[in-house]
Amino acid sequence: MDNTGLVGIVSIAVAGLTIAIGSIGPAIGEAMAVSRALSAMAQQPDEANTITRTLFVSLAMIESTAIYCFVVSMILIFANPFWDYFVKKAGG
Amino acid sequence: MEISPDNIIIRQFGTVKLNATIVYTWIVMAVMVVGSWLITRRLSTETGFSRWQNLLEVLVTGIQSQIRAVSHQEAGQYLPFAGTLFLFIAVSNLLSIVPGYQAPTGSLSTTAALAICVFIAVPLFGISEKGLARYLKHYVRPTPLMLPFNILGELSRTVALAVRLFGNVMSATMIAAILLSVVPLFFPIVLQVLGLLTGLIQAYIFAVLAMVYIASATRAYKEREEKSEKGE
Repeated sequence: MDNTGLVGIVSIAVAGLTIAIGSIGPAIGEAMAVSRALSAMAQQPDEANTITRTLFVSLAMIESTAIYCFVVSMILIFANPFWDYFVKKAGG
Repeated sequence: MEISPDNIIIRQFGTVKLNATIVYTWIVMAVMVVGSWLITRRLSTETGFSRWQNLLEVLVTGIQSQIRAVSHQEAGQYLPFAGTLFLFIAVSNLLSIVPGYQAPTGSLSTTAALAICVFIAVPLFGISEKGLARYLKHYVRPTPLMLPFNILGELSRTVALAVRLFGNVMSATMIAAILLSVVPLFFPIVLQVLGLLTGLIQAYIFAVLAMVYIASATRAYKEREEKSEKGE
């Protein structure tokens, strides 16, 4: 098998693995954050505004780990530097 | 399929390339500047004022109250910076309902530029609030051992700020494009609506995070110092 095919196979497989494994952690983290926030809001409905704002900001920060994984997998599929290198080399 | 509007070149003058990011950034800037100029041209304090003035007043007072709630200090000097960040990102995300428009925030160059603005603004606000020596002192708190971690933290949160906004906006357009080729007609529209929602939330989060960083550089240490000075 030539280098281009190898790079293609590895890129696609790793892109899938990246987003699959990388979304597990943030999913658990966000679920924990939301469940805590909901119970806090049930206990103190007056503080719902503050809790919601803090919840949104922290959700965004937790979610950014998943977003990094998504960006990496998108780069692997659509803008892979190694793929371009080998295609250019094979093309001449 | 293009991963960022940087690669779409609209016109080329010699070696200078005019890509879609720059063009659409200019369009967003023009829309905001001309719009606010048109509205603020005829401001009135009477009871009968235009609905556009009402809109701007709601926006400004809303941003003001949010800054006050996040930073626990007067909005005054932070309003222009945080408000501009929020309005620019929100408008450039929301305009994506216009066909053919590419959100400039979907390019890593725009988001990196915005994040660098925050990176520079934090020490500027901190120094103007507390003076150079007291600002620099917070890097060696609680012990000088923490110096590299504090500096790294400042750098990495800048990168995180840029990549978070880029990833969210890019993923919205990307998923819409992929779904358009898999299940056309109805489903992509639902995700477009979701993209509008996340775009607005990301604008809010970017501005709030910038405000939190600025507030932590100006306020938290000041209070702690006051407390310790009183205690000693």
